[in-house]
Amino acid sequence: MGAIKVLIVDDHRLFRSGVRAELGDSIEVIGEAEDVESAVKTITELQPDVVLLDVHMPGGGGQEVLRRVLGSGSQVRFLALSVSDAAEDVIGVIRGGARGYVTKTISGRELTDAIRRVAEGDAVFSPRLAGFVLDAFASSEAPPIDPELDSLTQREREVLRLIARGYAYKEIAKELFISVKTVETHVSSVLRKLQLSNRHELSRWATARRLV
Amino acid sequence: MADRQMPRGPVGEKPSPDAAPTALADPVDPTALDFPRLIRPVEGRLVAGVAQGVAAQLRLDPVVLRLAFVLLTVLDGVGGVVYAALWMFTPRAPYEGREPARDWSQVAAYAAIGLALLALGWLTGASTGGFGAWPIAVGGIGSLILWQQADPDRRQRWMDSTVGQARKNRVRTFAGLVLVVIGAIGFLAANNELGKARPGIVFTLVVVGGVALIAAPWLAGLWKELQRERRERIRQEERAEFAAHVHDSVLHTLTLIQRNAHDSREVMRLARSQERELRNWLYQPKQDADASVAAAVRRVAAEEEDAHGVPIEIVCVGDCPLTPELSAMMHAARQAMVNAAKYSGASVISVYAEVESGEVTVFVRDRGAGFDMDAVPEDRMGIRQSIIGRMERNGGSARVRTEPGEGTEVMLTMKVESS
Repeated sequence: MGAIKVLIVDDHRLFRSGVRAELGDSIEVIGEAEDVESAVKTITELQPDVVLLDVHMPGGGGQEVLRRVLGSGSQVRFLALSVSDAAEDVIGVIRGGARGYVTKTISGRELTDAIRRVAEGDAVFSPRLAGFVLDAFASSEAPPIDPELDSLTQREREVLRLIARGYAYKEIAKELFISVKTVETHVSSVLRKLQLSNRHELSRWATARRLV
Repeated sequence: MADRQMPRGPVGEKPSPDAAPTALADPVDPTALDFPRLIRPVEGRLVAGVAQGVAAQLRLDPVVLRLAFVLLTVLDGVGGVVYAALWMFTPRAPYEGREPARDWSQVAAYAAIGLALLALGWLTGASTGGFGAWPIAVGGIGSLILWQQADPDRRQRWMDSTVGQARKNRVRTFAGLVLVVIGAIGFLAANNELGKARPGIVFTLVVVGGVALIAAPWLAGLWKELQRERRERIRQEERAEFAAHVHDSVLHTLTLIQRNAHDSREVMRLARSQERELRNWLYQPKQDADASVAAAVRRVAAEEEDAHGVPIEIVCVGDCPLTPELSAMMHAARQAMVNAAKYSGASVISVYAEVESGEVTVFVRDRGAGFDMDAVPEDRMGIRQSIIGRMERNGGSARVRTEPGEGTEVMLTMKVESS
């Protein structure tokens, strides 16, 4: 597999060039965009493998880009990148269709890793996102409507808990005596639940909990 | 250097015990003034606190005055007029916080007494049948409601209030108007002047209608202007507050960063602490760090991050009130963070706190140097006493997982009574 084609969408020029410089050789940055309009246009034109998407942008933010690009049936994969750790933003952009969420303080190596993972169709959870998911799925007083989608399995819980504790996938695999691939499968399945579960509490929970 | 501006500390802001509320319970302190002012207390009022205020003034039981008002109201409605007048001219006692609800059962009891007396008077024929003051009482109450809307204090609240409250105020104004009109018509009817007054009323209506038509556009403009001004004022206040905050914190920190540009660790520390503070200000509801586990973990981590200049990433799941045992647990967690920051050499520390049914767990993890547990001398207090010993003394447990080169993870567990 050749270099992964990445498009950076962020309204801060300095940040875009910073990310560009930090990414490893296995990543090829094929373009940049600085607002919703240009992002939608460039993504459609260039068809990157992965879009690094800023959550807060003029003209509707990352969620608007997701809505318009994924709404048109595109298969482009998104990795959300933000300074905000607010539950509202995190849950919002994941439910909007992003395959991962990392904060901008992430190191270049970790970001390269995360991009590769998203390009391969896996999900990327930051510790905080894992914490949010655990919290959101734990705070269900109402019985789940669809048990398959509305609750986490014991194993998924364990994996998320380890992510929240700051473990890398490799360390999780070692800890639970499973393969990294299995860890990835669990995380992807959590992502699917997070995106498809129609528990209305999930969004309400995120809005109510405006914590960083 | 660590003098960050955190003016909103929860400590030391407790109101002094002899503050306003206790003074209100006894609104008229006889020794305080030779001629205490008649005021209407909020606490324990049934309608507007008039009877209570007068009772305090006369050193009587409020019940006596309430009965007196009821009796006087039955007799030609004089009581109602007097009550309304006193209501209008007596200031309200200042009251902080949510107003206590009225005891409606008592109100109903007095109303029942009044009705009973009325019925008795009518049946026995003892009443002169003179209801002369009734319309005045009704009109008086109506105008009172209207006056209240113009009370500066209330107007301020109305200006700041939400849509729901504004609607409530409109309803009140309308009710006041209706009562005044009923009172006026009743007065005329009682004096058999209604028929004679008809041409006058028609004339008045026409004049008032004409004036309203002429003034309406101007009034509408005035209203819009008022709304616009109000919005502008709110915006300006917000901007001022924002500017003050940015000046005190962000600009201050940026200056410090420039002065410390050569010291990357210090720059990092300043940037982190400023970031944290700004996030708190932007997103976080004001939390009392002495009240809940998640808030306490955040505070402890923030303090250690500041003290040692190593970023501490915190993830909290769930929350519960802080008990003495959990406070001890926070001390143990702090010690674990201090150890990681001081000795591990790791560039970042992860803290994960989880509150589950009946159990609180805190993990403190670093990917630093690690150490050999068995090689730690018996007399080293850090881990054995401050972490493991402390947890065990308080009924919890601590587990340390570490190996040279493998980093360290401290896991603290404490049972709590599930709420």
